[in-house]
Amino acid sequence: MNPKIRNSILNILLVALLGGFLWWGERNLDGYQIQVLNLIAVNAILALSLNLIYGFTGMFSLGHAGFMAIGAYVSALLILSPAQKEMMWILEPVIWPFSVMQAPFLVSVIAGGLVAALIGLLIALPVLRLGGDYLGIATMGFAEIIRVVITNITPITNGSLGLKGIPDYAGLWWNYGWFLFTLYFIVRIVNSNFGNVFKAIRDDEIAAKNMGINTFRYRVISFSIGAFFAGVGGALMGSLITTIDPKMFSFLLTYNVLMIVVTGGLGSLTGSILGSVVITILLEWLRFVENPLTIGSFEIPGIPGMRMVVFSLLLIFIILFRREGIMGMKEWTWDGLFARFGKGGKTE
Amino acid sequence: MSFNMFVQHLFNAITLGSLYGLVAIGYTMVYGILRLINFAHGDIFMLGAYFMFFGTVTFNLPWGIAAVIAVAASSVCGVFVDRIAFRPLRDAPRISALISAIGVSFLIENLSLVLFTGLPRQVIQPEWMVKIITIGEIRILPLAIVVPVIAFTLVLGLLWIVYRTKPGLAMRAISKDIETTRLMGVSVDKIIALAFGLGSALAAASGIMWALRYPQIHPFMGVFPGFKAFIAAVFGGIGSIQGAMIGGMLLGLIEIMIIAFFPSLSGYRDAFAFILLIVILLMKPTGLMGEKLEDKI
Repeated sequence: MNPKIRNSILNILLVALLGGFLWWGERNLDGYQIQVLNLIAVNAILALSLNLIYGFTGMFSLGHAGFMAIGAYVSALLILSPAQKEMMWILEPVIWPFSVMQAPFLVSVIAGGLVAALIGLLIALPVLRLGGDYLGIATMGFAEIIRVVITNITPITNGSLGLKGIPDYAGLWWNYGWFLFTLYFIVRIVNSNFGNVFKAIRDDEIAAKNMGINTFRYRVISFSIGAFFAGVGGALMGSLITTIDPKMFSFLLTYNVLMIVVTGGLGSLTGSILGSVVITILLEWLRFVENPLTIGSFEIPGIPGMRMVVFSLLLIFIILFRREGIMGMKEWTWDGLFARFGKGGKTE
Repeated sequence: MSFNMFVQHLFNAITLGSLYGLVAIGYTMVYGILRLINFAHGDIFMLGAYFMFFGTVTFNLPWGIAAVIAVAASSVCGVFVDRIAFRPLRDAPRISALISAIGVSFLIENLSLVLFTGLPRQVIQPEWMVKIITIGEIRILPLAIVVPVIAFTLVLGLLWIVYRTKPGLAMRAISKDIETTRLMGVSVDKIIALAFGLGSALAAASGIMWALRYPQIHPFMGVFPGFKAFIAAVFGGIGSIQGAMIGGMLLGLIEIMIIAFFPSLSGYRDAFAFILLIVILLMKPTGLMGEKLEDKI
């Protein structure tokens, strides 16, 4: 069989399997487990988008939380009903176009992504002239500025009080649907000529420039696409946890996404997915160290902050002892699998 | 605004600026040598304030002794961070060290949250430091004079070490070319540890004085001063000690004066520094006093 057709069939089978699992999960798993599954999908979207920016184009961006905030706020403003908005803005009333706007969930998520991409583009034009650490610091600065602005434009964002009661449309199907779309889109880009240019810029920008590539233009495109999916991820996350406030989108959030990407392997998409599964489950599982524990008649009180202590220790260990992450820059592909196991790989 | 008010704001600005400056020096030294943004530096600042708190409140030490012990202890912490998290990554891509730095920063913050709890603590301010003195119509805290004086004395001491002693010479040599310096027989790791120690000591001193000026301390108090001090270091020209101090001063001045003249902007206070950072990076990435770093091809 032609390996191309074979791979397509296997991909369809895998998606069907995922669908079957979600269908089963929706009926048999409890609310908490479903929430974790949802978080895995959202984190995977965020990790894939950061990996496109950092792992494939080599731009060290620490601005993800800012784009997520934009996506989350735009989407939430579109799906909250006018009645809810009138109730919620207690400090200052919500101003006109935002008070009556309402849109279906799909439109709101796309809008969140587009606005994030637009802001990403505006940020990219000045900032992407920088490289290396400076780019990281500048993007982090922009994320922080976005957060301060959101805190202060109370008539639109309800300021530091945040938004509550966002409709929880983002169920398993929406999240995994967006996840698959993100994955498909980014895989197509990475394997296209565009992707080759991105990788050339990552590996050696000066060499890429000398080949006649307009590296700035490609960097801006990669950054904006990444910002779009970060916005989408933020929009889904807002609807998933139904409450957002400016404090939530601090540097810690960017750090979590960065850690997923690094754990999975920079420049490996399957690594990012694997990383989001591992880190999300780990972060949830680590909640037990913060809960009170009873062993026999002893009661150990919960220790707030312990979870992040263990988490940051683990991450330091990863960086010190397995810098390239789980996958390195390798991908997990059907061809690779068949080459390794059995004769399937030699069918061509 | 009246002249008196202006002078009071000026004193506030100088105090804040010298505190930023002291922290910025640590960033600039480490960046000058290792090209690494030491994200954990702001947390050393926080540790300084906490050690001071425990020295004075828990162990009832006199103010001065507690401060010296706190500075020494934080300095040891800084060296320890380098030993554990940065030294193994000397030959790794710089980004790995940066991620490690962010990891250490979160580790220190959350470990402090576990050990010291998240409750804000109240630092004891020595009576004479907070008794307002009046000169003519101008009312200022003695602290607003003490802090800049101590800060500038410390910086002069540091400049003496860097420009007049052998280890200082080695430090400057490493920042030019680490490999050649190693070949000349300098034990590079020790000198880098010294740079971390000195930088951390200054950060801790800044943290202690910060706690005297703004007496509520909590485990995340170092995050924003840390970011802003880094911006001050970039502003002044990264790698330059004098530049870091000047950058800190100017940043303090900008923050205080914008709020003083435009009180309606106070909600945006934390954004000023970041806006400044982006403007500098775009206009003059080498900062006010920085040397041009050429990318080697």
